[in-house]
Parts: sequence; structure tokens; C-alpha cells
Amino acid sequence: MTNLQSTAYFLPELLITGFAVLIVLIDVFIGRAGRNRVIWTLSLTAVVVVGVALYVQPVPGEALFYGSLAADPFSRFFKWIFLLATAIIYFISPYTRQLKDTAQNEYYLFLLLVMLGMFLMASALDLIIIYLSIEIVSIGSFVLAGFLKSDRLSNESSLKYVIYGAFSSGIMLYGLTLLFGLAGSTSIFDVQEALANLPQGSELMALVALVMILVGFGYKISMVPFHFWTPDVYQGAPTTITAYLSVAPKAAGFALLLRVLGITFGADPSIPWEEWVPLTGLPFGVLIAVFAALTMTIGNVLAIQQDSVKRMLAYSSVAHAGYMLMAVTLMNAQALQAIMFYLAVYLFMNLGAFVVAIVVHNQFGYDDIDDWKGLGFKIPLIAVPMGIFLFGLTGLPPTAGFIGKVYLFAVLIAAKQFWWLAVVGVLNSVVSLYYYMRILKVMFMDGEPVDKTVSDHPAMTATVLALMVPVLLLGVYWSPLLELIRSSLRIFSPGL
Amino acid sequence: MGAYVLTILVFLPVLGAAVILLVPKGRGTWYRWIGAAFTGLQLLFAVWLYAAFDTSTSAFQFTQLAVWIEQFDINYHMGVDGLSMPMVFLTALLSFVSVIASWNITKAPRGYFSLFLLLDAGMMGVFVSLDFFLFYVFWEVMLLPMYFLIGIWGGPQRQYAAIKFFLYTLFGSVLMLLAMLALYFYSEPHTFSLITLITEAPKISVILWGFDMKWLIWFALFIGFAIKVPIFPFHTWLPLAHVEAPTAVSVILAGVLLKMGTYGMLRISYPLLPDQATAFAFSLAVLGVINIIWGAANAIAQEDLKRMVAYSSISHMGFVLLGMAAVVSPSLGGAQAGMNGAVLQMFNHGCITATLFLLVGVIYDQAHHRYLYYPKDYEDEALRGQVGFGGLATHMPIFAGFIALSFFAGLGLPALSGFISEAMCLIGGFTAFRTLTIIGTLGILLNATYFLRAFQTMFLGEPNEKWAGLKDMSAREIGMLAPLAVIIILLGVYPRPALQVISVTMDYLIQLVTAVGPMAGM
Repeated sequence: MTNLQSTAYFLPELLITGFAVLIVLIDVFIGRAGRNRVIWTLSLTAVVVVGVALYVQPVPGEALFYGSLAADPFSRFFKWIFLLATAIIYFISPYTRQLKDTAQNEYYLFLLLVMLGMFLMASALDLIIIYLSIEIVSIGSFVLAGFLKSDRLSNESSLKYVIYGAFSSGIMLYGLTLLFGLAGSTSIFDVQEALANLPQGSELMALVALVMILVGFGYKISMVPFHFWTPDVYQGAPTTITAYLSVAPKAAGFALLLRVLGITFGADPSIPWEEWVPLTGLPFGVLIAVFAALTMTIGNVLAIQQDSVKRMLAYSSVAHAGYMLMAVTLMNAQALQAIMFYLAVYLFMNLGAFVVAIVVHNQFGYDDIDDWKGLGFKIPLIAVPMGIFLFGLTGLPPTAGFIGKVYLFAVLIAAKQFWWLAVVGVLNSVVSLYYYMRILKVMFMDGEPVDKTVSDHPAMTATVLALMVPVLLLGVYWSPLLELIRSSLRIFSPGL
Repeated sequence: MGAYVLTILVFLPVLGAAVILLVPKGRGTWYRWIGAAFTGLQLLFAVWLYAAFDTSTSAFQFTQLAVWIEQFDINYHMGVDGLSMPMVFLTALLSFVSVIASWNITKAPRGYFSLFLLLDAGMMGVFVSLDFFLFYVFWEVMLLPMYFLIGIWGGPQRQYAAIKFFLYTLFGSVLMLLAMLALYFYSEPHTFSLITLITEAPKISVILWGFDMKWLIWFALFIGFAIKVPIFPFHTWLPLAHVEAPTAVSVILAGVLLKMGTYGMLRISYPLLPDQATAFAFSLAVLGVINIIWGAANAIAQEDLKRMVAYSSISHMGFVLLGMAAVVSPSLGGAQAGMNGAVLQMFNHGCITATLFLLVGVIYDQAHHRYLYYPKDYEDEALRGQVGFGGLATHMPIFAGFIALSFFAGLGLPALSGFISEAMCLIGGFTAFRTLTIIGTLGILLNATYFLRAFQTMFLGEPNEKWAGLKDMSAREIGMLAPLAVIIILLGVYPRPALQVISVTMDYLIQLVTAVGPMAGM
């Protein structure tokens, strides 16, 4: 599709860009007083407007911009996730004490730009776009992580993030150039064709490219061993940003990983996704399975030792990437469905847990788990939902987290492959119970409530309760979400 | 009413919990009354269910079937048969009694009673589910309130006890989850229905890691259930959890939760994997005998009355296992005696152990200790090694009477319910595994040892001046124990009301397990 035709299907992204420009301009023209409020309203409006544009936008039959972007239902599902996460973070930001004395114009602006990057990540069909979109997200995230300029931890987090980001995207870029060298084209479909026609015995080439690309993608989803930035960045960044990073860019990373790896390293793009198989001779499943096992085990084991709730949740988010990677080993339609389901559920659970952390942080300024003592009876409206989020993250019924995990395990068992990985996965669930319950133990069982008055902004309580509803509801009745995901499982392919 | 009675039984407590949460904070006694009202109503429904239960058929009754998740073929499927009926009744009865026993809870009563009712709902759900997915959800849902009930309202080591219980059981249930998914995906058509799987599961023929898939499923299920029973060596969570839990929760733990393990085996492992069940029977009998002896031997060594009762549970559950193993008995009569005895023992032990824990609670509430002998490392040096009580019978005659009844029921005295079911398990076991059963019989002797010794040190001998001020049981305490005592005596002299419910279903189950497999018939 030509550039001009494409813009009609590119409206959400254009709107985001437009609003970003608007925020910059308003920043210049409006005085300091009340500026945060105006920009906040404008940003929320932007999310709503983009949401409407996304909703009404038709599905094009072709790829946009001469085959570099797909506006298929698959990308649209992920865009909904990004919008939802951004909206929630926008909504709670004015009630976050950490951000009180900061000029928030840049904060909102960069969140919007990160969202733009993620929109592109979910749609990318071209090696250049892949790299650019990842960089847009990364650079925005670097700024946001270091947003608390006078906070040493925040600065450290930003710097670590930059170094790790530069390193891993450098390696990924090398992998991408290898692919370009093989195919002579930046389209992932051409690359697939080139890889499929590699002469016998040169599969190593594909494997090297795969591993290098995995470094970049793995960095985005916090896959072990490319997770080292996660705890420090999560701990140092403003908690709203931590919450955001743990959900949205991770989802974007998975969108990219599923589409790009699925197409590039699939045996044949004309085979339906139901029967996806990797390129012949490429140990795709085993490679991912090893990464998955490492990711969830190391994430969970290290989470046990943490005394900072944010660090604990950081390692837990590493572990959750591992659970989802379990399904990537097979990459078939059922796996995509399970991962998309899990991401949707994970959005609510993890954001919920972080919003509770923000509430506690607002009140006490603590991040040490022992300071959560006795909160259970002090603020039950926050603490009980926290219990539900943590049960969800552990994967216990009747929460949606359980259903999500069942689907992930079901992928391996239905395929009758990688049984050992399923066993590792369930054992990890048991391990994770220990540290999630530790938070609840401290809140409900350790001593008397701390002697401080606790009252939080009703908007925060409302957010927590609103996030709890889907976690419970989708745990009892999840057919509608499943339907939505099934209808979103249409991934663009030029042949179809 | 018949069509919805099971849904009512399961969700009535949930409604009760919601009502409690809607009542504002600080209404001291309201919560327990609401709790009593809802569990009492549930008990009435359970009594009605028992009265309306058709004892002439092994088919599921009062069934309910609704599509839950269409895309995954998960159904809201409930029903009761002769196996679940006694358990449903037991759950309703003990839940009600436990709420009465929790009358004096002062710490956060609102949370306590709402969690208790959720626990009740979870247990009830396990016993009426006919869909594996539904079963699993209820099985897990029950863990959450249990964790908090032990962890918040328990004894000094409550936190450790609670997390140990939780981790153990979750470990078992995640293996069960894998087994459940394997059963679903390897059966044609894919189904979670425990009824359809009876015919489909035996047809699974997959080899994994050189093992028959069915054996792997069997072991995954077995570990999940064995942890609940608990079967040696998975029993180490039990003494801790039972001792640390508040009285009412110990009653539920020992009275109902342990039965879920054996219930799960009889409901899922036996009918779905009959070949494995028969091949494993001897091992099960060995484990049962180990449980009997090990539990009793440990009970003898205890200085703490509650720990003693906790270990006696392990011993008594051993009889259930022995009875279940007798399904392979060459004589039909032996198999029937064993299987009927097993289910009856599940019910009887529920009543007896509940009585025991309640009585321990009665004395502990007043004396704030429950040592038969003070331990060697007791904080007060003068008391170390001394008798904890003594001569209580003189001024607590009613209490002594109830204790005597429950102790004698526990050690298997004829004319009390425990005798009938233990004897049936042993008779069944004897027809199948002669030597093992003879060893198991020693357990009765050991049981008598510790129960009689405990009775002697507490109630007989010189009255201990220190405890002269203890009052006898209150009307509330008598009221909550009387129904259990009546059942213990009634089923001891006339077990027919229980056995007629159980026997037809057990006949069907025996035939299902021992019949030649469907593949061989072709």
C-alpha cells in the first residue's frame, strides 16, 4: 500500500504524534500554575481519542507503507493493552506522591511517545521498523526511569537502563544485519524465504541470528540472562513507571517476539499458525524452553530473598516472562492465544499490585516489606484486593491468573511436548507462592497496625477496586476475553 | 428444590460471607450469629438431602449441568452419590458445629467468620463436583481461607504452620493440575467430565519418558491426594497445622480436609484409572499399615494432648487406606467390607476426631495449656516433667464423660462407631493382604495405649489443686458436642443408616475397578 493510502489506517499513531506535539506546544504557552492539570487532562483525552480511532479503524487487506507495518487484528489486540495500561498510569499519576513536586509535562509526553513506539512494535513487519520502534520505547523509558532527578536510585536506574539497553540493542542490530545480509531485503517475509532456502548445513547462520535477536527481545521482556537491569530499574524508577514498564513494554516485546520470530523462523508462512513449525534444522523449541525454564526459576528464586517490595515484584515480573515463554516454545495458534490471554490478565494483576505499592508508598514513603506490617487491618479496602492480585500472580483460583496459567500449561500438554518444562513451571508456581504470601503475611499476620493515620485518595482506592474486578471476574467467566483473543488471532501475511 | 439443592448447599455460605462483609465493622456478636444462621440452614438442606436421597441406585442424584466455558468444554456439573452423600452431610454438620465452637473468637470476628464460610463453600464444592475443572477450582479455593484462618487466628507458631500447610498442599495440587490437563488432552473427546472420563481415561495410550502416561497421571494424582490424607511420608505438615490452628479450624482440618484426599482417590483415581488402582492396591495397603502404626506410635510419644489427637488422625486414616486397598480382594464380600468400611471410617473419623478436637478446645480455653506431661524444656522449671492435669473427673464429670466416649470411640471400642468401620476395613484388608492386616491390627492396641494413658493422667488419680477451679462444660459446649456424640453411639450400634447410603455406590465402584479393562473385552 502506498504511503498516502496507508495514512488512513495509520490514524491512531498519527493522533498520538499530534497530541505529543500539542503537549510540547502547550507546555510553552501555558504558565506554570495549573499546567500539570491541563497536561494531565490532555493526555487522558489523547488516550480516549486514540482508543476511539483504534476502534473505528477498518482492517486493511494489505500491509501499510509498502509492507513495513501491519494493522491486523493481532496488533490491534496489543494496542488495546498498551492503551489500557497507559490510561491507568495516567489516571493515577497525579495521586502519586513521588511525582508531586516534579514538572510533569515531560512525564506525560514521554509516556505518550513510548506508547507510540509500542504501537509500532506491535505492527512491525520490517527489520528497520523493528529496530526503530524498540529504540523509541527504550529511549522514552530511559528518560522516565530517571525522572526523579534528585533521587540517586532513580538516576542509577536510568543509567543502568541505558547501558544495558545500548548493549542489547547493539547485539540485536547485528543479528538483524545478518538477516538482511542473507535476504537482501528488510521485509521479514523476504527474510523468511531466504532462511528457508538456505543451503543444507548452514542452519548455524539462522541460529546465530536468532540468538542475537533474542538478546534484544529478551531485554525488553526481561528474559534471563538479559534481565539484570530489571530489579535496579524497577526499584529506582518512579513506581508508576515501574508499573508501566512491567506491563506495557513487556507486552510489546511479546507482540514483536511472537510475530517476528514466528514469521521469520517459521518453516513456511503459508502453513496456518495452528500447525506452526520452526525452520528445519533450527532447535527453536529447545532453545526457548531452556530460556523459559531459566527465566522463571531464576526470577522466582531471587524474588524470595528480596526485602524491597518493588524489587520483589521486579523479579516476579521476570518469572512471569518465563511462564509466557513456555508457550513460545511451540508458537502455534494455541500458544499465541495463551500468551495473549495471560498478558491481558497479567496487566490487571500486576498493575493492581503496583498501585497498592504506590498507595502504601504515598502514605509511608517506605518500600521495605517490614513496613507493610499490620496494613491488612488498617486499610482493608486496599489490602484485600492486594491479596487477590497476589493470588492471581501465584495462579490460584478463583482468579484470572489461574486461568491464564492453565492455558499456558495446556499449550505444552496438548502438544505432548516439553513435559519437563510444564513440571518446572508448576513447581515454580509453588515457589512463587512463598514470596507472594510473605507480603500477605506481613500485612495480615505480623503484629499490630503501625501507628499512623491511613487515608488515601479515593481515586486510588477506586483504581485498586476497579483492577480487582476483572481479576476476579475473568477467573470465573472468561469466555468473552477468549472470544476477543480468538478473533484477534489473524496475523498479517502477504499470501493471505 | 431438588434441582438446585447442591448449588444452594455450596453457595449458601458464600452468601453468608457476603452478608457478613456487608454488616459494618464493630458489631461484635452479629457475625457469629450470621455464621451460625447460614451454616445451620446449610445443615438443614443437608439433612433434607439425606432424607430425599435414593439409596437404591449408584447413579448421581440431584445433578445439575450447565455450560460454563464453552470453548474449553468446562461444565458446571454437580451431583451426589453414595460416596459424596456422607461427606456432604459431614461437611455441613462440622461446619455448623465449628461455628458454634468459634463463639468466643474476639480477634477480628468479621474476617474470621467470612473466611470460615468461604472455607465451608470450598469444601462443599469439592464433594459435589462432577467436572474435574470445577473440582480443582473448589479444591484450591479452600486453601486461601485456610491459610488465613491458621495464620491469623492460630497458636504461637501459626505463621510457619500456615505457610507450610499452604506450600505442601499447593505442591500436591499443581501436580494434580498437570494430571487434569493430561486427562483432558489425551482423552477423545477432550473432556473434564468425571463421568465421561470413566470410559475415556483408560483408553489413553501415551508413553512419556518410557512410562505409561496413565501411571504418571496416577502418581501425580496420588501425590496430590496423599498430601491431603496425609499418607506417610507426606504427613509432616499435619501435626503442626492441626496443633496451631484454632479449635474450630482443627475440627475442619481433621474432620473434613483429610477426607478430601481419600475422597479424591475414590472419586477420581479409582474409577478413571482402574488398572493402576488394582496394581497399586498392595502398595496402598502397605502405606495404610505404615500410617496406622506410625501415627499411633507418634501419638504415644506426645506430651501435648492436641498433638496426640493430631497423630491419632494419621493412624485412623490408615484404616481408610487399608479398606480402600481391599478393593482387589479375591472375595466380593471382602472388597465390599473394605470399601464400605473405608467410606464409613471417613465419616466416623470425621465425627470422632471433631469431638476430640472440640474437647481439647474446651479444656484449653479454661486452662490455657493442654499438656499431659509438661515437656522437658518447659519454661517453668518446677513444672518440667510433671503431670499437666490430674483427677479432673471429680469436678468436671460431664467433660470427663464426653472425653471418655470420644477416647473409647477413637480406640475402637465396640458399640461405638469407630469400631464398626475399623473392623470392616480390617476384615476387608484381611481377605486381601493377610500378613499386612495382622500387623495393622497392632495399631488398635497402640491406639488404646495412648488414649487410655491420656485419660488416666488427666482424669484419674489425685485431683490437682491447681485446676480445682475449672468449670465443667457450658450449655453451649454440651450443645455442640451432643449431636456428634449421638451419631457416634447411634452408628456404633446401628450403622445401617450410613451403610445403606454408601453400599450401592461402592458395589458399582468395586465392579468398575475390578472388572476387566475395556480394551481387553474387545
